[in-house]
Amino acid sequence: MTRVGLVASGFRRHRLRLVLTGLAIVVAFLLFSYLVAIRKAFQMGVDVAGADRMMVRHSVSIIQSLPTSYEAEIERVSGVVDATPLSWFGGIYQDPRNFIAQFPVKPEEYLAMYPEFKLPPDQKAAWLRTRTGAIAGRTIADKYHWKIGDRIPIQATVWRPKDGGATWEFELVGIYDGAEKETDTTQFLFRQDFFEENKQFGQGRIGWYAIRIKDPARSADVAKTIDDHFVNSPSATKTETEGAMAQGFANQVGNVGMIIVAILSAVFFVILVVVFNTMAQSVRERTQELGVLKAVGFSNGEVLALVLGESLLLAVIAGGIGLALGYAMVSQGDPTNGFLPIFFFPPEQLLVGAALIVGLGLASGVLPAVQAMRLRTVDALRRG
Amino acid sequence: MNDSISSASSSFASPVLASLLGVEKHFRRGAEEVRVLRGLDLELRRGEFLALMGPSGSGKSTLLNLLAGLDRPDAGSVEIDGQRIDRLSDRQLARWRARHVGLVFQFYNLLPVLSAAKNVELPLLLAPLSAAQRRQHVQTALAVVGLEHRAKHLPRQLSGGEQQRVGIARAIVTDATLILADEPTGDLDRKTGDGILDLLQGLNTQHGKTIVMVTHDPHAAARAGRTLHMVDGQVSTEMAA
Repeated sequence: MTRVGLVASGFRRHRLRLVLTGLAIVVAFLLFSYLVAIRKAFQMGVDVAGADRMMVRHSVSIIQSLPTSYEAEIERVSGVVDATPLSWFGGIYQDPRNFIAQFPVKPEEYLAMYPEFKLPPDQKAAWLRTRTGAIAGRTIADKYHWKIGDRIPIQATVWRPKDGGATWEFELVGIYDGAEKETDTTQFLFRQDFFEENKQFGQGRIGWYAIRIKDPARSADVAKTIDDHFVNSPSATKTETEGAMAQGFANQVGNVGMIIVAILSAVFFVILVVVFNTMAQSVRERTQELGVLKAVGFSNGEVLALVLGESLLLAVIAGGIGLALGYAMVSQGDPTNGFLPIFFFPPEQLLVGAALIVGLGLASGVLPAVQAMRLRTVDALRRG
Repeated sequence: MNDSISSASSSFASPVLASLLGVEKHFRRGAEEVRVLRGLDLELRRGEFLALMGPSGSGKSTLLNLLAGLDRPDAGSVEIDGQRIDRLSDRQLARWRARHVGLVFQFYNLLPVLSAAKNVELPLLLAPLSAAQRRQHVQTALAVVGLEHRAKHLPRQLSGGEQQRVGIARAIVTDATLILADEPTGDLDRKTGDGILDLLQGLNTQHGKTIVMVTHDPHAAARAGRTLHMVDGQVSTEMAA
C-alpha cells in the first residue's frame, strides 16, 4: 500500500454517495465543455474579424438595404482599398432545420476580401464562367455529401426568382477550405450578378458592404468620412469594424459571454458545496480513524494532506472523465444543425478546465482537511 | 516523589525506560477544573510488563496517553528512553510515536476499508522502507500473532479476537520500544481474552517488549510483572507478581 492507496481507500466507504458526487462533477464538466464551445461559437466572428475589414450597413438596421451605387462612392473615400456587396439570402435546403448561411457575392472581390477562404484556382475559374455557379464550405459539403457538379436547389423564403416558383437552382462548382480552424466553412456563396438579374424585386439594392481599408489605425476616421458622406441621402449608413459588427450579431441574443460565465459560476458553486458536503461528512464519520492515524504517528500536516488528497483525487478523476467526455462529445460537431457553424472545444479551455478541477478539489477539501488536522488525537479516539 | 514506587522500582535490575516526575494533568468540565493526575511520579523499567488498575476517572488512561505522547502534562516531566517527550513539538511527537510506541485499543480501532495486512502496514508508511521491506515486516508481525492466513481479510470478516491480534500486529510492526494497551481484553470473552494476554505476555518474555496495560480485570492484571492501583490521580498501591 502507498500513501496514494491510503487516500484512495477512503472511496470504498460510501460508494453510492461517492458515485453520486462523482456524477455531479462529471455533469458539471460536461456542461463546461458545451458552454465554452458555445461561447467560442458566438465569439468566433469577433475573433476572426480582419483588423483591416469594416462593414457599411444601413444606419437604421442591417435588414434595411443599401443602393448598389454606393460601392463606387465608398471606393472613392480616402483610405478605402476595396468594397464588395453582400446580402442575406436566407433560403432553405431540403428542410427548414438545415441552417445554411447563403450570400450572393461578387466572386473575385469576395475572395480577395476574405483570403482565409481557400478555393483552388480551377474551381475559382469555373465559378467565374458559370453564372449559376456556387461554392460551398467544406463542412457543409461534407455534411450534405455534395460534390462538384451537383445541382443544389435552394428554396427561397424572401427572394423568390422572377420566373415563378420558389426554387433557385445552383451548380456546385467549388468547395472552399478555411485557412484557420476558426474559419467559417459552412457558407454557401453564389453570384451577385445572377441573383440581381433573377430576383423578383429589390433590384439595385444589396444588404451591406464589406470594405478593406489601408490603415486599421484610421478605421474611426474612415467610418466617419463614409457615414458623413451618406448622412443626407435616403439610405444613411453606419460603418463599423467587422469585429464590432460580429459582436453586434452575437449580442442580439444577449451578452453570451456573460450569460455563460454566470451559468458556469452557479454550476461550480453548487458542485463546490456538494463536494464539500461529501468531504465534511466523510471526515465526521471517520473521526476515530483519523485519531488512529495520528496515534500511529501521522502528523497533523500528513492528516491534512490525506483529506485534501482525497477531495483532489475525487475532483481529478470525476472532473477528468467529465472533461474528456465533454471534449469527445463537442468534437462530434455542431449540435444545432448549422446555427453554430464553428463548434469545437477551444484547446486553451482544457487548461481552464484543468485549473477548475484542481481548484474544485482544493477548495472543497480545505475546510474538512483543516478540521481533520485540528482534531485532538485523544478526543478523536474517544469518539467511537 | 512517591517513596513506595521508587523503592519498588529500584528492586528491578533493568535500566529505566520511562520516567515521570511530578506530573499534573487537569481537565475543565464546565466551570469545574478536574485534577486527573496529581503530582504523579513513576518509573518504568525496560522489558517490564506493567498493569494499571483503578476505578474510572482515576487517571489510568490519562497516564497511558502521556506515555504514548498523545497528550502533554500541565506540569512535570515525561522522559522516555532519555528523551523529554513533553518538550517535543506536535510534529516531532508524531514522528517519535511512529518510531517508539505501539498502541493497542480496547475496540481494536482498525480501518474497516483496509485488509488486515494493510492495517498492520499503516505505521510503516511513515518509515523509509521499500514496498518489499514493508511487506516483509507485515508478514513477520502477522506471523507473530498467528494470522498470516488472514492477511487479506477485512476487519468485518474477522472475529473480535482476530481483530485484536491484528491490532497487536500493528503495534509491534515497527519494533516499537513501548507497547501501550488500553483494556485490550475489555471487549473479548474470557477464553479469547486469555489468548490475547498470552500473546502480550509472550511479547514481553520472549521478545523483551516493555508493556503497559490498563485493565479493570484482576485476572488480566495478574499476567503483568507489576500492578499499580491508581486512585484520584495518584498511585495508591503497588504489587509485584
